[in-house]
Amino acid sequence: MASPVTLTTSSSSPKKADAQDHSRLGSKQHSDGGWGLVPIQVRSARFASYDVRDFEPVSGQEAEWKHTPVARLQPLLTDPLDGDIEALTLVATGGPATIEWIDRSDARIATAGTPEERASANAWSSFESALSIRIDSETPTEITVHRSGLGDVPRAAHTVIHAAHHSVGTVVLQNSGKAMLSENVEIVLDEGAHLTVVTVQEWDDDATHLASHFATVGRDARLKHVVVSLGGSVVRVNPSVHLVSEGGDVELFGVYFADTGQHLEQQVFVDHDAPNTRSRVSYKGALQGLGAHTVWVGDVLIRPTASGTDSYEQNRNLLLTDGARADSIPNLEIETGDIAGAGHASASGRFDDEQLFYLQARGIREDEARRLVVRGFLSEIVQKIGSPELESRLQSAIEAELVGGSESTLEGQA
Amino acid sequence: MSVLTVSDLHVSVETEQGTKQILKGVDLVVKQGEIHAIMGPNGSGKSTLAYTIAGHPKYHVESGSVTLDGEDLLAMSVDARARAGLFLAMQYPVEIPGVAVTNFLRTAKTAIDGVQPSIRTWTKEVTESMKNLRMDASFKDRNVNEGFSGGEKKRHEILQLELLKPKFAILDETDSGLDVDALKIVAEGVNRAKQNTGLGLLLITHYTRILRYITPDFVHVFVDGRVAEEGGPELADRLEAEGYDRFIAPAGLPTEA
Ligand SMILES: Nc1ncnc2c1ncn2[C@@H]1O[C@H](COP(=O)(O)OP(=O)(O)OP(=O)(O)O)[C@@H](O)[C@H]1O
Ligand SMILES: [Mg+2]
Repeated sequence: MASPVTLTTSSSSPKKADAQDHSRLGSKQHSDGGWGLVPIQVRSARFASYDVRDFEPVSGQEAEWKHTPVARLQPLLTDPLDGDIEALTLVATGGPATIEWIDRSDARIATAGTPEERASANAWSSFESALSIRIDSETPTEITVHRSGLGDVPRAAHTVIHAAHHSVGTVVLQNSGKAMLSENVEIVLDEGAHLTVVTVQEWDDDATHLASHFATVGRDARLKHVVVSLGGSVVRVNPSVHLVSEGGDVELFGVYFADTGQHLEQQVFVDHDAPNTRSRVSYKGALQGLGAHTVWVGDVLIRPTASGTDSYEQNRNLLLTDGARADSIPNLEIETGDIAGAGHASASGRFDDEQLFYLQARGIREDEARRLVVRGFLSEIVQKIGSPELESRLQSAIEAELVGGSESTLEGQA
Repeated sequence: MSVLTVSDLHVSVETEQGTKQILKGVDLVVKQGEIHAIMGPNGSGKSTLAYTIAGHPKYHVESGSVTLDGEDLLAMSVDARARAGLFLAMQYPVEIPGVAVTNFLRTAKTAIDGVQPSIRTWTKEVTESMKNLRMDASFKDRNVNEGFSGGEKKRHEILQLELLKPKFAILDETDSGLDVDALKIVAEGVNRAKQNTGLGLLLITHYTRILRYITPDFVHVFVDGRVAEEGGPELADRLEAEGYDRFIAPAGLPTEA
């Protein structure tokens, strides 16, 4: 069910973002310069800066805000944020890794990306110290970052995850409790590194969380990135991956379950910027109840530098009740004729009655049949994580969503 | 002894062109232990009969009744009918992504029996049935019908028939799309199920070839939503030789697409 792709031909190669280059701090976002008033068609042309003062106030009309209920996250857009989060963060590691808090001025910061919207820049301007996780080991190691006591105070966080050459590891960001948080996560993969990053949002019902993940994938390195959003009032996680070197590979998975009144959003961006890079994006969501709203935006950019690109993205949503809404917006910009493949698929729909009939015809009661179908639909993504313990915990968390919403999960009780 | 009774059944579906009558008065009595073959040309309403008995919401019963041991099946939900002892092997089994075969089978067995099967005997039973149907053990971990070939889907249906042990089973064109070897394997499975449980069978088929391996007690010829003729196994042989022309030609309907 591939729909037509947007084919953008550009005469000159777009300026390559240099993460170390802070020169753009001096530039300002202009409301008359193709921002807000004139919609930006190409993802590569977005304004970026580390300084919140360079951004115009958010009106809600901007490309990256138009689906988001901005009124519900004003503190993160306008107020200064509390940038001291160290005492509220608990890090557990099951293997060798270097974990430390580093200063704003540390050279490890700003190695993977630059904020492209105001909340992200606000967090960048506000954080005091950043959590640095460095994995060197070739034997797989798993690190879990727990955040559960953030409270109502508007906060900023910054995390840098660095997978050294040929290292193998998994980093899980496990979120629960209250939150009013805007954060940036930088992910750097050196040559041949295999890194899995999982961010799990099991926040309380009234929590607000905006996250920008910036990843840069080195030569022949492989990133698996998983977003699991189950709890929270407004949760928006935007992963952005730059495939800067030949042979880089990224898999971006997401699974979300929105209940009554919940807004769960993800804007995914894959930037193919080197030959023979590969990307797979697969997000699946279920929605249940009045005002449950999910947004998935999938931007894939294949630059002239990215010959031999192999890319596919898909989003599927299952609407379990009336009054829920799933926005699904795939967008492909292809600037080279020499690609191995690029496609996208997007589908949002109700239950497949034939599936229900099949299960019921085997004696399975309707409510259980529905649960089986939804669990199956979502578990396809959960199965991709590759960490059995986390997978089974998330399966039960999804189960809890299915049987009645606000039941707390194992993590919440711990 | 259990009896499945279909009386004067009239069924319609809603189409874009309006309500379409499909079944126009079907009578049928199937006793436990009997094998009834229902044969008929494409579009004559065979699947409609099967789905209606199983309770598919698409089919609207205008009049008539379906009972199992005097109990009104039409008043029951789809799952209640299955728990009452009815099984439908589908002509086109659907894929259910993310639901593993083992999980599905165990859930169904638990639903039908009302209690979880004992793990040891159940695992053994599943393994043995799969072996009999020449299904590789790896199918257990695959998702229900996902990526199964046509023949594999049919074997999976018969696997469920063997494991769930219904009183009555309707097999909707279980033979179609099977090569000779697969046909024999599937027929063996059906015969085994009958031997073990003494179930009653409604065997829907377009062709006679499965009847070489499963001998019917009765043959009903279905034409244009009705039973046009009934007889013993010899009627199948006659259909084999003559085809359906004699039922269709005189009235000039229905035409085949
Ligand atoms: N949902 C529907 N919408 C429109 N027509 C339908 C629908 N379901 C069934 N029909 C029609 O009802 C008639 C009987 O269909 P049915 O599937 O019961 O036939 P069948 O005897 O099983 O045929 P086959 O041998 O091809 O399996 C056909 O003409 C079919 O097109
Ligand atoms: Mg049919």
